[in-house]
Amino acid sequence: MVKLGYFPGCSLSSTAREYDISTRIVCEDLGIELIEVPHWVCCGATTAHITSDIAANALPAKTLIWAEKNNMPITSPCSACFSRLALAHHTMTTDEDMRKDVAEVVGEEYMGGAKILHLARVFFETYGLEALKAKVKKPLKGLKVASYYGCLMTRPPEVCDFDRIENPMFMDKTVQALGAEPVKWGYKTECCGAAFSLTKKEAVIKLTGDILNDAKECGADVIVVACPLCHANLDSRQREIERKSGKKIGIPVIYISQMIGLALGYNALDMAFKKHFVDPVKVLKEKGIL
Amino acid sequence: MKHYLEEKNFKQGFRKDVERLSKQKISNCYQCGKCSAGCPMAFKMDYPPTMTMRLIQLGLHDEVMGSNTAWYCVSCETCTTRCPREIDIAKVMDTLKIMAQAGKYEVSDTEIPIFDWIFLKSLQYTGKVYELGLIMAYNMLSLNPFKDVFPLGLQMFLKGKIALFPHFINDPVAMWEHLEMFSKIHKKQKEKIRETNG
Amino acid sequence: MARIGVFVCHCGTNIAGVVDVKRVAEYALTLPGVKFATDYKYMCSDPGQNAIIEAVKEHKLDRIVVTACSPRMHEGTFRKAAERSGINQYMSEMANIREHDSWVHGDDKEAATLKAMKLMEMSVAKVRRAEALSKMYATVEKRALVIGGGIAGIQAALDIAEAGHKVVIVEKEPSIGGRMAQLDKTFPTLDCSACILTPKMVAASQHPNIELRVYSEVVEVNGYVGNFDIKIKKKASSVDNKKCIGCGVCTQKCPSKRAQSEFDEKIAPRKAIYTPFPQAVPNKPVLDRASCTFFLTGKCKICEKVCPTQAIDYNQQDEIVTEKFGAVVLATGFDIFDSNVYGEYGYGEYKDVVTSLQFERLINSSGPTGGHVVRLSDKKEPKNLVWIQCVGSRDESKGRPYCSRVCCMYTAKQAMLMKDHYPEVNCYVFYIDIRSAGKNYEEFVQKAQNEYGVIYLRGRVSKIYEKKDKLIVRGADTLSGSQVEIEADMVVLANGLEPRKDAKSLAQIFHVSYDQYGFFNELHPKLAPVETSISGVFVAGACQACKDIPDTVAQAGAAAAKVLGLFSKEKMEVEPLIAKVDPLVCSGCETCYNVCPYSAIEMEDREVTRGNLRHVAKVLESVCKGCGACVGACYSKAVDLKGFSERQIHDQIDTVTL
Repeated sequence: MVKLGYFPGCSLSSTAREYDISTRIVCEDLGIELIEVPHWVCCGATTAHITSDIAANALPAKTLIWAEKNNMPITSPCSACFSRLALAHHTMTTDEDMRKDVAEVVGEEYMGGAKILHLARVFFETYGLEALKAKVKKPLKGLKVASYYGCLMTRPPEVCDFDRIENPMFMDKTVQALGAEPVKWGYKTECCGAAFSLTKKEAVIKLTGDILNDAKECGADVIVVACPLCHANLDSRQREIERKSGKKIGIPVIYISQMIGLALGYNALDMAFKKHFVDPVKVLKEKGIL
Repeated sequence: MKHYLEEKNFKQGFRKDVERLSKQKISNCYQCGKCSAGCPMAFKMDYPPTMTMRLIQLGLHDEVMGSNTAWYCVSCETCTTRCPREIDIAKVMDTLKIMAQAGKYEVSDTEIPIFDWIFLKSLQYTGKVYELGLIMAYNMLSLNPFKDVFPLGLQMFLKGKIALFPHFINDPVAMWEHLEMFSKIHKKQKEKIRETNG
Repeated sequence: MARIGVFVCHCGTNIAGVVDVKRVAEYALTLPGVKFATDYKYMCSDPGQNAIIEAVKEHKLDRIVVTACSPRMHEGTFRKAAERSGINQYMSEMANIREHDSWVHGDDKEAATLKAMKLMEMSVAKVRRAEALSKMYATVEKRALVIGGGIAGIQAALDIAEAGHKVVIVEKEPSIGGRMAQLDKTFPTLDCSACILTPKMVAASQHPNIELRVYSEVVEVNGYVGNFDIKIKKKASSVDNKKCIGCGVCTQKCPSKRAQSEFDEKIAPRKAIYTPFPQAVPNKPVLDRASCTFFLTGKCKICEKVCPTQAIDYNQQDEIVTEKFGAVVLATGFDIFDSNVYGEYGYGEYKDVVTSLQFERLINSSGPTGGHVVRLSDKKEPKNLVWIQCVGSRDESKGRPYCSRVCCMYTAKQAMLMKDHYPEVNCYVFYIDIRSAGKNYEEFVQKAQNEYGVIYLRGRVSKIYEKKDKLIVRGADTLSGSQVEIEADMVVLANGLEPRKDAKSLAQIFHVSYDQYGFFNELHPKLAPVETSISGVFVAGACQACKDIPDTVAQAGAAAAKVLGLFSKEKMEVEPLIAKVDPLVCSGCETCYNVCPYSAIEMEDREVTRGNLRHVAKVLESVCKGCGACVGACYSKAVDLKGFSERQIHDQIDTVTL
């Protein structure tokens, strides 16, 4: 029985609703107990660390202190939240001045005892691939999956400390354990443009476009992601990119939890595929999975 | 040649400021170019990261703070991971943005500071990000009220992906502590930036 | 009762300008035992020395103190003067009132004078307890051992052998030749590497004074300079070299496909029984038991069947012999940096990303592809080649902040050779700085850019990834401020140099110190580049620091010269200012033995008193450097330093503190 603190992050209750839904269903099925951090505060995302490095460490501090007090590892489904939490932990354990400043501002001291795991790592390592394989009811045969890691799952290496930085394979292996076929492609850790989706849209269009085009050229049917912002860019901006470049892409973007859910036998309704912009149902039906 | 330097231009106070606030050894950079080579946003920047580091080393704060380089940094951490001199370049870019937004230096971008201001206000008063409010306020304040509304915004609304109302921290004690923390952060940050090198 | 003479030098105005030398001399006369004291303008001059000699004779002095400059300047001068005056040279002391006094306390003459008086008093206290010592001698075994059969080892061995002394070369691989044998052409002359190396290899093998021991390693070292007892292990090659005629039939018929050729940097296979390359010296094969079908499964023995002289012997064992040598030259060479550490370059994953040595094997006409440079993935000819410099050099994050010195040159060489063979191919080099400091080196690199059209881009490469069958290289050119993306067919990494992986264990066997990367430490970085802290052990070549072939050969000659200097004496003179153990007091606790940094203490079982065998320490006189660590460590006060005894030091301390 795996018990973890759960830090959903702000976007999981709105723009990434389907990620939250599928995560809760899948974790309950697998026997992973998620305890939502009480009164959790936004991790600060991009804004905190470019306006104030004290805020960048103080906002996650409360969550880290909770994890430390309750001796429970924290998992976050969002790469950005995971990165902020892990970075705050790393900074406060290596920079004594920062730790003291944060203790002053927050009112409580963080001693460095929290463990932060990305949700994808929980499936891969904490739960384990062997156990996952045993639970697969409907192997995703014939589905070519491009695993998109994005920036913050493996970088910076001292903070994430997991798998190889330059060609990580843990999501590929997870997807393989579910019966699908991971695709070899070169853009798996390239940045999608992240938070610039609102402020610097043209940059996002270029970066996301490059990623989608490369995935298409390497023969992927779907892209699997584990971050709501990457998903938002790859999914909701896809039409615009198609319009701008004139080339059809049509690759649905699925969350890792939804992928696991499919393999466990859940249907499109359960996994909230209706919420996607690029409809995964059509492609999955073609491949005989739905 | 774009720059003309005399002795009085080498304002080492700026370099020391950046070094102190970012806690990175800026003088270690030997401009190998690996950061610029891997930077996904370099195509949009006035000066790629390599050149920005050089300008900081020389103390040319007008050029550095007047350029859009730091504002286009998306914190993908590629440069930090690959730098052979172990400099956290993304942190240096963050520091430049912090210094600008703290009022100490010129702010040369229009969109991101607005976004940050709204984000922080939402964070301060609700504890979480109110995405609908954020998007609407941002569009208004950046004088682009209908950006992304059709078809993206409407589709999102119809798919139930946009929460109509913000989520608050439910516990009043926790909310109070949160507000207190925010004002303390604000004060402390001001203190740190205002320190000078002398 | 001691009769001490004190001579205070003015050193022109160097000392006298600050210190009141007359006062110092007057003060000396008040000290017990001082029978004569004087001052003079230049003590080291002929009249000054004569004054000392006169004074000794006239006043029947038996020990002197010269209060002047640093002993590093004139200790020898005054010792010789003492000897000429008829007293033992070790009964002369110097007090430094120049570097330690007048030169640093110019602003306070009174304090400087008082200090000079104290310094002089301390030397007087020391010399009061001085003992007459005599020089010592040790024999020298005139036989040199060279470890490493590359160009450094071969050159050193040839130089020593030419001077008439016997040399043994111990080489780990089945053939001598080292890295030069793997290279195609060498910079800056573009000489064929094997063509200039093989005559030297043959000369070494045919020289009557040189003995080659290949496929061998040094396993244990005892003894000291002039008298090393070294254990050499000859690995079992399963081939009787006396019977083998080098016909090569065994290699031809061997069915094993397991092993990858180390000589070809693992881009081509080799048989289990093999010679590393066709010009191997000696040209006798060895059987690698780890990849031999017979040793792994019990079946085969084809080589035994086909050998015309029945030279195969599967029962051959490793042999260990112990031999005496007088001097050792370490010339173990280098390895290249492991490119697997750079995940962003994809070495090991993308077959077409190769190391610099692998490229040398590809372009070498005696290499596995006959000199045709082809992609390792699909054997097609590449149209676009990219070189990345500073892979594993100038990189703190990978633990290699140093510059490897030769990569800029060999990259230019490889690019030029490529353009020579295939003029239509595009060659790109990503560099940070060009280091081309040798003779004709700068012109060489300029030739690559100007005449051969190699495109040099200033910037590191951030990432390489595969797209269909091409390698996309993402780099930068900081001089034009651009990001550069090249669709390459092959990428060559210019790996940095580092010492061999087993260099550290070899150094430990010899007690030679090494730095954090494993490079052997020279005794002094500028003034003693071939000696080590262990007398009689010298270094040459890339095992000491990254260098190119001209410098390696020069250093090998220098090491040989030092060896010949050692061998030129019948007996080695040893300074007597070393430690001495009193076996009557020694308890045999071995503390000094463990503490000595020069391995100059041996434990022995000695008949100390009649009929009483005790385990006591013994100082090896020709190795001891007189550092005093043992004196400080000894619990029983059984060991003391001659010329710097504990009583002498205590008296000096008492002079200052009481």
